[in-house]
Amino acid sequence: MFTIVFYVLAVVALLVSFGASREKTKKALMKALKAFQGILPEFVVVIVLAGVILAFLDPAAVSRVVGEESGFLGVLAAAVTGAVTLMPGFVAFPLAALIYQQGAGLVQIAAFVSSLMMVGVVTFPVERAVFGTRIALIRNSMAFVFSLAVAGVIAVVLGGSL
Amino acid sequence: MNARLVRRLAGPAAAMALLGVVWLLVPARGEAAVEVIGMSLKEMLLVIPPIFVLLGLLDVWISREQLMRFMGGASGVRGTTIAFLMGSVAAGPLYAAFPVATVLMRKGASLFNVMVFIGAWSTTKVPMFLFEYAALGSMFAVTRLLANIPAILIMSAIIARVVSKEQYHELTG
Repeated sequence: MFTIVFYVLAVVALLVSFGASREKTKKALMKALKAFQGILPEFVVVIVLAGVILAFLDPAAVSRVVGEESGFLGVLAAAVTGAVTLMPGFVAFPLAALIYQQGAGLVQIAAFVSSLMMVGVVTFPVERAVFGTRIALIRNSMAFVFSLAVAGVIAVVLGGSL
Repeated sequence: MNARLVRRLAGPAAAMALLGVVWLLVPARGEAAVEVIGMSLKEMLLVIPPIFVLLGLLDVWISREQLMRFMGGASGVRGTTIAFLMGSVAAGPLYAAFPVATVLMRKGASLFNVMVFIGAWSTTKVPMFLFEYAALGSMFAVTRLLANIPAILIMSAIIARVVSKEQYHELTG
């Protein structure tokens, strides 16, 4: 759905741009292509690595490690799993719902989902290229700690066990 | 030119080699990986083109002065709101946000606002929230959203603080 919105937006913007200046529109498209080409090798690395890691992720095993009673160690394991994996939201949330049904704790799932979204071990090379090693390291470490904090917040609000 | 090409292809080649080794050692996992990779590639090719087109248009039509006014150091609450909204309405994986961040930085957005943009793209995206709401319930999703918003601001403020202006300048070239 949102992808369609983006396509509509891009097409309308392109038409407006084209109406205003053919030259600039051509330049914009060239820049888009160049930006994409520039980052494509990194994208391929990210996607292949993410696929390999995900192939070793077994939902049943995961639910056992991060069960309701797994406590802080379970939260930590969930956060680490989230940090090293990468998957689109339409895969991640159904997966989270699945491991929840199989006995994973909500507090642990909160840690997993949070670090999955904010911490990127696989995407680190791309991030480092843009922000430099220092900023990328600081951002990811803080995001990791924050994922644990979110698990704490969920434990307080939803009354799960930590 | 050839040395550059080799360097660019080294990463993808290493990743493919790893995939090959996995496939040889544990064929079932290899096949599962290929399936996931196919899905991700499809996602990338489907979601990413409009992002890059909009990025190109932004690059050409918005001048450095304009972007600095909107999202630079003196843009205040408005600049941060723009960064938050830009990240939240985005579609696509986090790695697609980095090229956008590059353009924002080059055009004079403040580091704080760039970090808010990255934070929003990573966790407060509207489509993601809808998925989360449906999969894990309203209390879970809303609680996480309410925790995420201040966290993104705090983390961005910390990063903007510990990175000196000179370091940031070096980064943006």
